[in-house]
Amino acid sequence: MKLPVGYIVRNLAARKLTTILTAGGMALVVYVYATVLMLSAGLEKTLVATGQDDNVVVIRRGSQTEVQSSVDRASAAIVESLPDIATGEDGERLASREPVVLISLPKRGSTKPSNIVIRGVTQHGLTLRPQVHIVEGRMFRPGTSEIIAGRSIASGFTGAGLGETLRFGQRDWTVVGVFDAGRTGFDSEIWGDAEQMMQAFRRLNYSALIFRLADAQRFDAVKKAIEDDPRLNLEAKRETRFYADQSEGLSKFISYLGVSISVIFSIGAIIGAMITMYASVASRTAEIGTLRALGFSRAAILVAFLAESLLLGLTGGVIGLVAASAMQAFTISTMNFQTFAEIAFSFTLTPRIVVESLLFAVTMGFVGGFLPAFRAARMKIVDALRAA
Amino acid sequence: MFALLVLKNAFRHKLRTLLTILGIVVAITAFGLLRTIVEAWYAGVDATSSTRLVTRNAVSLVFPLPLTYAQRMRRVDGVGAVSWANWFGGVYITERNFFPQFAIDTGYLDMYPEFVLKPDERRAWELDRSGAIAGRKLADRYGWKVGDQIPIRGTIFSGTWTFNLRAIYDGVDAKTDETQFFFHWDLLNETIKQRFPGRGNQVGFYLVEIRDPSRAAEISQAIDATFRNSLAETLTETEKAFQLGFVSMTEAILLAIQAVSYVVIVIIMAVMANTMAMTARERYSEYATLKALGFSQAYVAALVVAESVAIALTGATLAVAATFPLARVFGAAMGTLFPVFNVSTQTVAMQWLAALVVGLVAALVPAWRASRIRIVDGLRAVA
Amino acid sequence: MTAHDDDRDGAGIPLVSIRGLNKEYVRGDQVIPVLVNIDLDVAAGDYIALMGPSGSGKSTLLNLIAGIDKPTGGEIRVAGVDIAQLSDSELAAWRAANVGFIFQFYNLMPVLTAFQNVELPLQLTTLSRRDRHERVATALALVGLSDRSDHFPNELSGGQQQRVAIARALITDPTLIVADEPTGDLDRVTGEEILGLLDRLNRELGKTIVMVTHDPKAAGKAHRMVHLEKGVLVDA
Repeated sequence: MKLPVGYIVRNLAARKLTTILTAGGMALVVYVYATVLMLSAGLEKTLVATGQDDNVVVIRRGSQTEVQSSVDRASAAIVESLPDIATGEDGERLASREPVVLISLPKRGSTKPSNIVIRGVTQHGLTLRPQVHIVEGRMFRPGTSEIIAGRSIASGFTGAGLGETLRFGQRDWTVVGVFDAGRTGFDSEIWGDAEQMMQAFRRLNYSALIFRLADAQRFDAVKKAIEDDPRLNLEAKRETRFYADQSEGLSKFISYLGVSISVIFSIGAIIGAMITMYASVASRTAEIGTLRALGFSRAAILVAFLAESLLLGLTGGVIGLVAASAMQAFTISTMNFQTFAEIAFSFTLTPRIVVESLLFAVTMGFVGGFLPAFRAARMKIVDALRAA
Repeated sequence: MFALLVLKNAFRHKLRTLLTILGIVVAITAFGLLRTIVEAWYAGVDATSSTRLVTRNAVSLVFPLPLTYAQRMRRVDGVGAVSWANWFGGVYITERNFFPQFAIDTGYLDMYPEFVLKPDERRAWELDRSGAIAGRKLADRYGWKVGDQIPIRGTIFSGTWTFNLRAIYDGVDAKTDETQFFFHWDLLNETIKQRFPGRGNQVGFYLVEIRDPSRAAEISQAIDATFRNSLAETLTETEKAFQLGFVSMTEAILLAIQAVSYVVIVIIMAVMANTMAMTARERYSEYATLKALGFSQAYVAALVVAESVAIALTGATLAVAATFPLARVFGAAMGTLFPVFNVSTQTVAMQWLAALVVGLVAALVPAWRASRIRIVDGLRAVA
Repeated sequence: MTAHDDDRDGAGIPLVSIRGLNKEYVRGDQVIPVLVNIDLDVAAGDYIALMGPSGSGKSTLLNLIAGIDKPTGGEIRVAGVDIAQLSDSELAAWRAANVGFIFQFYNLMPVLTAFQNVELPLQLTTLSRRDRHERVATALALVGLSDRSDHFPNELSGGQQQRVAIARALITDPTLIVADEPTGDLDRVTGEEILGLLDRLNRELGKTIVMVTHDPKAAGKAHRMVHLEKGVLVDA
């Protein structure tokens, strides 16, 4: 015989304050848990979307980031002559030699500076990143001191908005356009003409060479050709891999911190559930005796109390998840310790996170409710009745 | 008698009280560790000296400054010694082993009295062109001894550089970063000149000693004015502002950690409030009896509050005791990511305060209810 | 009626004087009268039993006299003070000084020993620790529990717990002792012991006692019986 669901629900409703406090504690834990997962997912989404699988990034061997890398003109020319590089509509090779530097800019509303990536691009640089679109103003004109800023830079940094000017490399640069890079890492960059940047920063070498493969399957062969060439001191990575590697530290940090915090927090919430369920069992001792006398089995009692605790967890889980989903409206902007550059990403809720969070909540309910339910089921009928 | 009632009441439901204390221990310990992480983040800022300024390229740290600036900076009024260094950014064996490496001018160490070196080791370093100095914590972590050869793969300056460890420095106090690695700037400069003729003589940042800390702002402006409109404009700030700049770039993460440290307190507050609500409800008839005997509402409320606070503070005592060993373990596990990882007095005070607030807030509603209970209803609760 | 009574009546002013007392409960939009226009005097040194079927309002009347409930109308003068007019905190102080309580279920603090339970009301006085301990020892001796002073309530029988409660009721030397079904939870023999003890308090210490009971045997020990039915006095 099973106890009706209504019995379980009404028992929770009868002790409002306790139920609210317990479910509230669990909701907070689930909220933190889901938020951290969303942050990780957001970072991953941003970086995965930044790279294209058939694009290849070439940097100096061992340099890890574009800013630390340098690729001289001769080496760039050698790589560009590789047969596997795709050709564009104009019949030219789809490769872009790009200088990449960091400049410090103050955030809007504060004097604290952050490091921003400035990238010099060519016409092909834009073809290689089809996700980038101008949303305000226009494209910079080649050969001028005009620049375009990524959405999160334009809104977040002093002087980077449309029509404003920035001073670096002994020149004033005018922001003539704002671009949307589809929530990729490029949203946190400023772009200008590659040759103008080289002159302004008095650089002889590029930072990186980016090209598109004619056939994405040929990556390994191309990589070997570049890395085995004795004239070149370069390494090649798929663009997707390159960006994932760049934020490995940050993403590990977020997930480690998130997991440890969630584990610690859940101990607190489980204890809360245990206290509540023990009290629930204690205050209903006589009731349990009566139910058992009426013929309900130990298993039925166990299930009823476990279900009560699971329901408590589920309620907390749903509330926590709803609160966490509201975080999707926010964007986090922070420094990536590997590149020292600013990166913006938003909280992203995925179906997987929804399932994981609810499972997490229900698990807390289960762990918290098991011992008390076990105690309820183990009671002797006579003793339980006597407690009345 | 009041204290006796409070204490005995607190431990009436042993299991419940133990569970609640356990929850508080976990929460307050987590709170303490999170705050310690935040403080560790600021450790670089705390360790700064008000007599040191940092001058760097105004565009960003990635851009160097000419070596020739040193002479001109020394001529600025109020400036004492000037030294310089370059960030090396190398990798020891794998990328996991992160620690800061600087190519330093010989005078650099004189400006850091907090790095304590044995005189003979320092002399040995000065005499060896490929010599290096490591902090005590760093050397212990990788088991380095004076005389060891240490290969470091450059990411900015390519190739594998092998250094001879000639000295190990100790921090003057617990706040000092013992995870830094130094070698000769001259070695770096000469290697660059060899590899790229025409380049070299470039400095990552200058360190400026000033005699009068109160003139820091004025001297900073004077230095920057010297190089205005030149090829490489400078930005000079106090060492503290310079370090704070680094911290503020990761502010979002810090804020998140801080927010989370308060969330854990709120969670435990809910757990504790639940415990107190249940406890008070079970004792309504006792509270009614006390009131019938002539005890005031305030007395009954105080009983509930004191019980709650007693439980919370018991938890806090255990939590504070647990924080120190845990922080040691955690700090060791984090390795050189947090050069300084100490539980501060302020953190401990915050832990106590948090526990006190948890105890008080948790008792608020139950105490109010218990004190306002009508005696007649409360007495009936027993029958 | 005894000779005592006549003496007290001769003194003129009764200890408890109730005039036109009303008590109503509001349940939803319904007003339920519990006590209707009660007039009652209790002389100092008197021992009266309030009797009546359950729901007759006898416990409510006792609660009003003891100052743990407030009337809807009318006055209750105890030793000249109209307690119906006192605020909650004044009433608490008044109870501490003037009323000793004996409950059906003893209502001892489970975490305190017999000694500490008896001492509890003295926390509200300014007596020194030594004075308090002397008094507690005397009270426990009076109820015959000197050898049980370090026991907790759950280590005592029902009768012993009730005797601790009586010692607690006496300890502040109150003007009035109220007892609500003091033998209701006890077997016959133990109940008689408790009644005997109350009798002694009245005769030897001159304590005024108001007791609610539905047990005629218990009521028989009192000097006077007051009957309530449906909230109205039907005094014989």
